Amino acid sequence: MTAVTDEVLTFDEALAKYDPVLGFEVHVELNTKTKMFSSAPNAFGDVPNTNVTPVDLGLPGVLPVVNGVAVESAIKIGLALNCRIAEKCYFARKNYFYPDTPKNFQTSQFEDPIAYDGHIDIELADGTVFRVEIERAHMEEDAGKLTHMGGSTGRIQGAEFSLVDYNRAGVPLIEIVTKPIVGAGARAPELAKAYVAAIREIVKNLGVSDARMERGNVRCDANVSLKPKGQEKFGTRTETKNVNSLRAVEHAVTYEIQRHAAVLDSGTPILQETRHWHEDTRSTTSGRPKSDADDYRYFPEPDLVPVVTNEAWIEKLRAELPEPPAERRKRLQADWGYSDAEFRDVVNAGVMSSIEDTIAAGVSAPVARKWWMGEISRRAKLADVEPAELGVTPELIVELNALIESGKINDKLSRDVLDGVLAGEGTPAEVVEKRGLAVVSDDGPLLEAIDGALAAQPDVADKIRGGKVQAVGAIVGGVMKATRGQADAGRVRELILQRLGVEG
Amino acid sequence: MAEINRDDVAHLARLAHIDMTDAELDRMAGELAVIVDSIKSVSEVAGDDVPATSHPIPLSNVFRDDVVGETLSNEEALLGAPDNADGRFKVPAILDGE
Repeated sequence: MTAVTDEVLTFDEALAKYDPVLGFEVHVELNTKTKMFSSAPNAFGDVPNTNVTPVDLGLPGVLPVVNGVAVESAIKIGLALNCRIAEKCYFARKNYFYPDTPKNFQTSQFEDPIAYDGHIDIELADGTVFRVEIERAHMEEDAGKLTHMGGSTGRIQGAEFSLVDYNRAGVPLIEIVTKPIVGAGARAPELAKAYVAAIREIVKNLGVSDARMERGNVRCDANVSLKPKGQEKFGTRTETKNVNSLRAVEHAVTYEIQRHAAVLDSGTPILQETRHWHEDTRSTTSGRPKSDADDYRYFPEPDLVPVVTNEAWIEKLRAELPEPPAERRKRLQADWGYSDAEFRDVVNAGVMSSIEDTIAAGVSAPVARKWWMGEISRRAKLADVEPAELGVTPELIVELNALIESGKINDKLSRDVLDGVLAGEGTPAEVVEKRGLAVVSDDGPLLEAIDGALAAQPDVADKIRGGKVQAVGAIVGGVMKATRGQADAGRVRELILQRLGVEG
Repeated sequence: MAEINRDDVAHLARLAHIDMTDAELDRMAGELAVIVDSIKSVSEVAGDDVPATSHPIPLSNVFRDDVVGETLSNEEALLGAPDNADGRFKVPAILDGE
């Protein structure tokens, strides 16, 4: 197969002429202890073909049995997506021949998904809320993992044979399918990314999936079509498979919009096909067209009985749902009084929960933000870890803050104290003691330093005397330098103004 | 009249990856047509009040606890495989059949 570089329009050109329509199929792997239909462990990274039972291998005479926890997880996902839960639903066989399923069918759901007709509100970076309608969420099982061998690139093209590991075969999957998403316009790529991020966040918050995209716990197939501006009828769509990072979702949607526009502009119809996403070139290549092979001949799974729900069961599960992530954010922002921009930064820095814990431990919301967004984030960036991984506990921040508020140390010294605590030198109070970090609070040495600083910058001193009080900062700086930061800057300022006979 | 013809059988054979000769297609079309006709007589008996069913016993919610059970060893898993390598099933490379 030769690589063909597709023509693309620029994104702006494409959007000037066409409206994109999106659709997503997101597969979520549940984190149950066992598989969907067998009691084999659901675990990642084990020796190949050891987490398997005869059921997973489709050996003759086996019978699947549904994992009750997986059903409850599916219902919880449905509820979190504001879906209706089916009173009665069935499993079905989706028949196809490919070595990733040893049974020659995938056990899935067809006409009766467990959850349907839902929606989620997606908040974009600037606060715009976009509602995405959910068509359905159904239960199925994951396939085995194929490794293509012998080809130069490890891809299927040119491979001589494939090796199959069935450890993943039968892992519970929930497939979440959206209705067509129209009206996103130029924000389609951003919405795509935000949608997948929201699904990931929801299933993680529910505790039903580890939601690690790099492990394939959340996988996205992105459907894109374009329609000329003003046209009602949808264009032909392509489905870009396995776009498995948030950034890739955004890029793949962008690329397909640009490619479709160029194809349509050239007067050629879009071929309904799957596309493969290539992270290295940030482009897609043709997979396979819709064909006979898509005739899956679904039929009811005769080895499994229906799942029947009732009000009591659903309400019990609903009561177990955690607060939805979006509502939690709204509540916390209101409680803390952060501005939209401040709060967004907190969320993006991944320190919202840390701040929540720190406030609960006893400091004010602004103080908690100052620590997590300031010193701790700075250190995390230097160490290339998440802020929460630095080992700074809420209690430690409370202690540091108490030392600052009592005037024992100042902000600058608190960083040295933090150094000491993280280096294992003891509690903040002990570190202050051992390192001799207490603020110089005796006015005597301070006045000496102030006189020195005033003498060193006579022009500044004159300005202050002349009423330019804001110039005092330069003198304060000089004093702080002279005392190696061990002075209370507020007190220094007071003393300087007193010394110069100026009203603060 | 039978609702299954030779083209249907050829289509199904292709989907099922079964290689069939022309003679086999002809014969199978005839046999399957008889079977389909026979099954159709069920719908003459079952009126609108009888829901379609895929399971003879009216059971629902047969669930298993989420507890890990016995598994096969790697050697056992591969026992029936025509070929294997690196503890995995070895299969011919199939281009994009997913």
